[in-house]
Amino acid sequence: MVKVQVPEIRVSRPKVQIEPAAADAKRVAEPPFAETSAVRKFLLARGNSAIMDGTFHVLMVVCGLSIFGIVILIASELVLRSDLAWSKIGFSFFYRAYFDPSTGLPNYWDPVNGHFSAIPFVYGTLVSSLLSLVLAVPLAIGVAVFLTEMCPGILRGPLAFLTELLAAIPSIIYGLWAVFVLVPLLREHVNPMLVKWLGWTKLFSDDNPTGLGYVSAAVILAIMILPIISSLTREVMLAVPHSQREAVLALGATRWEMIRMGVLRNARIGIVGAVILGLGRALGETMAVTMVIGNTPEIHRSLLANGSSMAAVIANEFAEASGDLHRSALIEIGLALFVVTIVVNAIARILVWVVTRGTPAQAH
Amino acid sequence: MGVGIEVTDLNAWYGTNHTLQDINLKIPANQATALIGPSGCGKSTFVRCLNRMHETNPIARVTGTVLIGDLDIYNDAKPVEIRRRVGMVFQRPNPFPTMSIYDNVASGLKLNGYTNHRVLDEIVEKSLKNSALWDEVKDDLKKKSGASLSGGQQQRLCIARALAVDPEVLLMDEPASALDPVSTSKIEDLIFQLKSQYTIVIVTHNMQQAARVAEKTGFFLNGRMVEFDSTHKIFTNPTDKRTEDYITGRFG
Amino acid sequence: MRSKVRAVTDGAVTALAVLATLLVVTPLVAIFVYLIYKGASSLNLAFFTQIPKPVGEAGGGMANAIVGSGVLLGIASLIGVPVGIGGGIYLAEFGRGTKLANAIRFTADVLNGVPSIVMGIAAYSLIVLPQGHFSAFSGGVALGIMMIPTVCRTSEEMLLMVPHAVREAALGLGVPNWRSVLSITVKTASPGIITGCMLAFARVAGETAPLIFTALGNAFWSTSLKEPIAALPLQIYVYAISPYDEWHRLAWAGALVLIALIVIAVSLVRYVTSRGVLKGAS
Repeated sequence: MVKVQVPEIRVSRPKVQIEPAAADAKRVAEPPFAETSAVRKFLLARGNSAIMDGTFHVLMVVCGLSIFGIVILIASELVLRSDLAWSKIGFSFFYRAYFDPSTGLPNYWDPVNGHFSAIPFVYGTLVSSLLSLVLAVPLAIGVAVFLTEMCPGILRGPLAFLTELLAAIPSIIYGLWAVFVLVPLLREHVNPMLVKWLGWTKLFSDDNPTGLGYVSAAVILAIMILPIISSLTREVMLAVPHSQREAVLALGATRWEMIRMGVLRNARIGIVGAVILGLGRALGETMAVTMVIGNTPEIHRSLLANGSSMAAVIANEFAEASGDLHRSALIEIGLALFVVTIVVNAIARILVWVVTRGTPAQAH
Repeated sequence: MGVGIEVTDLNAWYGTNHTLQDINLKIPANQATALIGPSGCGKSTFVRCLNRMHETNPIARVTGTVLIGDLDIYNDAKPVEIRRRVGMVFQRPNPFPTMSIYDNVASGLKLNGYTNHRVLDEIVEKSLKNSALWDEVKDDLKKKSGASLSGGQQQRLCIARALAVDPEVLLMDEPASALDPVSTSKIEDLIFQLKSQYTIVIVTHNMQQAARVAEKTGFFLNGRMVEFDSTHKIFTNPTDKRTEDYITGRFG
Repeated sequence: MRSKVRAVTDGAVTALAVLATLLVVTPLVAIFVYLIYKGASSLNLAFFTQIPKPVGEAGGGMANAIVGSGVLLGIASLIGVPVGIGGGIYLAEFGRGTKLANAIRFTADVLNGVPSIVMGIAAYSLIVLPQGHFSAFSGGVALGIMMIPTVCRTSEEMLLMVPHAVREAALGLGVPNWRSVLSITVKTASPGIITGCMLAFARVAGETAPLIFTALGNAFWSTSLKEPIAALPLQIYVYAISPYDEWHRLAWAGALVLIALIVIAVSLVRYVTSRGVLKGAS
């Protein structure tokens, strides 16, 4: 056997001798507990609580599954309660309208005479939502770029906080503000200019003195979805690895080129996701739109005209629906809204997830 | 008082990774046994198999038998019952951050439903004395949070917490690796005192520490136990060439 | 020449980004300033102690709507908080990494985007229609269902912030899993979970759409769960679209009360998450 060279400290007390520790060491440990047997007996007598653990586990799973339950519940209730409209009107509800034989004009929505068509509401929802995206997206991306790449550190906290706060303001308050501040402002100052400069497109005509309509709805929607889009865009941009930025900067790029090539290009899928998420919010937004869109079930070429939206007509007429078919038709609109928002949100979540996966959520 | 541990054909997997292969050994009662080896050799996995903590990870798997005293822990009992008999001290001090010092020590009993306050007071005091922390904290037992102590104090608090349930075996997974030299020496002194009453298994990457506190030492390498013998023998005259290489610092 | 173009472009983009931020911040600040200005000048003691006066009479308040909102939120919390926290516990403690948990997480996020008016229809057809009358209970259920996904996701995030070592410590003591989850993990994360619940609470406190055809609103005192009940956001809505100045004044005051609640909740959440759920735990 080879005799191993062993350093002398190996089987000895530590060299680092600290006085208090040494004093402790000299004190012999207390004798075993007098209650030793009592404590041990008690613990040994405790069951393995397999039943409690099992019950708890099942309960928590049930709570988790309730999320699916809610979706199924909503879907089944909506399908069930819109049954009458489906059987009476069918899918043509969404594309066919009743034309008044005496005037030759469409009569889309006439609960008294039993004519129901969702066309003006689908139109209003689409126009106001898309218009709001046109207004909000460039601004939201600008804000996100400013916050992530340019903002002095001292402003970042307050601005992020403000964004968070804005996302939490109830739509009724946006609506209230829109009715008393935004609509008069648009009516007095902005709409006349739109008519003057863009009237030739026939998209803006001055035959609506109220100021309510698609444009007002779109502006308030834009203000409401801006925080959502910009904060998600910011999250996606932050998820772009630092090395990407450095790689572009190392090639001698200016800051804008770095942002464009290093950040936006890598984050574009996620940004599209953020925009779609904003669209989802805009499609389903109810109170603020109801308060400023005018609530007339008609279709006009002018964006300044009164209109209505899917959510708005439900909010307006549901509680006082004139009959079962009327209510059923409203529920069918609700079902369409549900399906569309589910699909839109799912797409958006997947796109955002594709970009941010692997990076833990940033605590702002 | 402590009991012995007998491990037969123990194998453990972590996913598809075979982290422990055919481990057989007898750990004597009321002594300190050290497990050494390079990092990733399976020594931590091994102690975690002794109180069934290994299986808390969903992808982990264990086969073989472990007898603690005469209890077959994988066949005759549920994990919670084993863990009440086998205390564990982790690598990083992990006191419960929301609890006072007192509640931390009493937690093992309180959370298992023990309510006798007079006995709890006594046990907390004795456990803290046995972990050499009593003099430093006796004045603010219920005032200070366990997380407000220093790292070394926190680790001794965790030892007190483990002692309070009066375990038969005390497992220590590199208990001093996150501590400064002063705190390390206090912990070693503690092990020295406690081993007369408890069967102690200590994992360490520090060979001097093993030599200082343990009667027996096992050397692990690549998921196998290469050698298990008296500490003196391992450090002066190991049988296996690989043990010799390791303790003389030729690798790892 | 090219480098000059590049430098100009860079400057222009910077200016545009700053401009965009200013353009966005301005209306938002305007909303706040206007709200505080209008609301504060209309808030008085009567707002909190009196019920609405008939049209044409000055004064009156929203006492019934404040109490009504309290009742609705009470029902909503009874449903949303336990179920939501339970779901969060499942996601963080039991289902981590499983396909089921991922599916639940995804569905919860998608559900958060479903318009609240759809929740209202569901509660209407589930409760109002079978019972034959509008009721506080149905409004509370609609709000409660809306709370579940939010509470679930924030609870999960807060629970995940609890270090693994703390869970191990509890398991290592032979504490049963259910006890360890409730007394250690959930308790450690409780400041975060509570503020998360407050955030969900504040969000549904401002919801109007699901209440229009469930709780309906009520101009008089009522706390009965079977009767229509007044709610702050509903009352703001009714007053805002009315033609009376006196009612507009009350709507602004109500909006200020609502927004104060929300600002407090959001600030608390921010404070807790920035400080970390736990002090001192490594």
